[in-house]
Amino acid sequence: MTDQRSQAEIVRQSLKKRYRKEKRFRFYGIAAIAVALMSLVILFTDIIGKGYTGFIKTTITLEVPLDGEAMYLDDPTDKDQVSMADFQAPVLAALQQYFPEVTERADQRELSRLVGSYASNQVRDLLEGNPQLLGTTQTMEFLVHDTVSVYVKHADNPAYSIRLTEQQQAWVDELVGKGVVETSFNDVFFSRGDSREPSNAGILGAIIGSVLTMVVTLVIAFPVGVAAAVYLEEFAPQNKFTDFIEVNINNLAAVPSIIFGLLGLAVFIGLFGMPRSVPVVGGLVLALMTLPTIIISSRAAIKSVPPSIREAAEGIGASKMQVVLHHVVPLAMPGMMTGSIIGMAQALGETAPLLLIGMVAFIVEVPDGFFSSATVLPVQIYLWASSAEQGFVELASAGIMILLTFMITMNALAIWLRKRLERRW
Amino acid sequence: MNTLNTTVSNEAGLQNAAVTPAKEERPAETVIEEGQTVGTPFSDDPKFRLRNVEVFYGADRAIKNISLDIARNEVIAFIGPSGCGKSTFLRCLNRMNDSIDICRVKGALHLDDQDIYDPKRDVVELRARVGMVFQKPNPFPKSIYDNVAYGPRIHGLANRKSDLDDIVENSLRKAGLWNEVKDRLDATATGMSGGQQQRLCIARAIAVSPEVVLMDEPCSALDPIATAKVEELIAELSASYTIVIVTHSMQQAARVSHRTAYFHLGHLVEVNDTDKVFTSPEHELTESYITGRFG
Repeated sequence: MTDQRSQAEIVRQSLKKRYRKEKRFRFYGIAAIAVALMSLVILFTDIIGKGYTGFIKTTITLEVPLDGEAMYLDDPTDKDQVSMADFQAPVLAALQQYFPEVTERADQRELSRLVGSYASNQVRDLLEGNPQLLGTTQTMEFLVHDTVSVYVKHADNPAYSIRLTEQQQAWVDELVGKGVVETSFNDVFFSRGDSREPSNAGILGAIIGSVLTMVVTLVIAFPVGVAAAVYLEEFAPQNKFTDFIEVNINNLAAVPSIIFGLLGLAVFIGLFGMPRSVPVVGGLVLALMTLPTIIISSRAAIKSVPPSIREAAEGIGASKMQVVLHHVVPLAMPGMMTGSIIGMAQALGETAPLLLIGMVAFIVEVPDGFFSSATVLPVQIYLWASSAEQGFVELASAGIMILLTFMITMNALAIWLRKRLERRW
Repeated sequence: MNTLNTTVSNEAGLQNAAVTPAKEERPAETVIEEGQTVGTPFSDDPKFRLRNVEVFYGADRAIKNISLDIARNEVIAFIGPSGCGKSTFLRCLNRMNDSIDICRVKGALHLDDQDIYDPKRDVVELRARVGMVFQKPNPFPKSIYDNVAYGPRIHGLANRKSDLDDIVENSLRKAGLWNEVKDRLDATATGMSGGQQQRLCIARAIAVSPEVVLMDEPCSALDPIATAKVEELIAELSASYTIVIVTHSMQQAARVSHRTAYFHLGHLVEVNDTDKVFTSPEHELTESYITGRFG
């Protein structure tokens, strides 16, 4: 027999056990969150640590003697002469002002390698634009060679100096000491397309390509997705056929994205003969991929509109169409938009299907329309990450930061829209 | 009036029910004969003429062979225990059951000698003539003005802004809401109190000048003060509209209605003048219900 007192005792003991259990459970939750946060911090530290140098450019400012004889050029307006002329010579001459002792041909070649290979193009462009400058001395700013750039930016890390000879390292150290070689904010990165030379490569081409592709995706996927959701939810009869469609939409949402790339390749490029590598085709493929997401989230949004609103409108004598257009769709709009933005953010980060339709091509020009060759942010990151030059590694990380910024912006927009437009009833 | 009587007997009944379980109290030998309604279900000049109405939810027969007339400009109350089919029956009158896929309605339902369930009949036009007020206040999440103006707008009842303004003002006045909201017509309707929202819904329903207003437990979500206001409103509206009201409150039925119909398990058991139903019900089931022995 357990009397009243011992029963209370039992309860008290079990209480202790229960509280211990609760504490343990709470600890597991905190531990899980801590692990997740840690991974996030490690990821961001790694990306930012590797990538922040991508936002810094290294330049060299030289007094360039535009001596016609050294360049084998006496008339910069003559195309034939320009194509034969040696525009590297004045750059080397300018460098030799600091190192007159370098006279050996091999050493001279080493010395001129400190400056990026686009330096001679810069000299040519200057002379072609201003022929009267021939024979004068001009102050010009060049991007240094990629290997020099990473050496300067990571002066304390020997891993970044292996590409330079000791002689070159000494030269660079001296030039940095004299203030000839300087680092500054990398405006090149934000104003150019891709390049073979890391210090000359920019992400603007990929950003514009992504924006154009997303515009096509949005313009196609949003109206079609919303229309499909409204029809399926409000007008479609409940039968085997609509069940079949519903199952297939749910399946499509789980289809690997590369399949959509194959579809795009076969249909848009193969069948319709659309050009490769263009934002229109990329946008169409991503629209197909995003459609199921938009349809599913839009249907959920329509379902969540309270039936009382529907009844109210019907009770006054609104037709089905009026009920849907005046009440259901406006009330479901925040949900639909949130779903669409999340779908778009997914599409923005998508690489695989775009590889198949040729958006992986090396494209220097910043795209100027929906039908000009382009690449997109994630593909650009992939291209840089798979390149050998050290300079591209930091560019890839910098590109990831740009992409993440876009994603966070879009998700923040989705949250803001949801908070802002959410109806209270 | 017999309001006092009813209240007293009802309270007595409730005390009764508290002592002994309600269900076992029901006389087992009471048999409802299908289609047999005691009292005065028919009228000489009916607004609604409803004959042999049956409603099915799938294989379930929710309404069993009901025949009833609803007279012009009368207030008729439908009472009965939960699940007795009174709301279902009400919703047949403006075909609100149409949106439920498994629901089928059989029988002859006429509004002014026009078949309500004629396949060629336009349900939009029907609902413009037979308005509805729901259990829970359900204003649109729009401004007060837009709520009332919505019906006239979709039916094209006002060509000019001033006409629409007049309709909105008149409807709000009839609903006794004008003085409370005239300064904030642009405010959102969902910010009003529950009672105000329900009166707004009534204003919205009468803005399209219907001939009949159906009310499905319009006061069940309101406090007693708001309920009193809505009841006052019903009394005023009964001068110009036919009103059918479903209610769980027998006091309310007694206060606002001219006739009362008692539903039981899908049958229409008794229809009589409200005074008679609450003082000397003819059917024993009606009596059990109004004295609170079950329900």
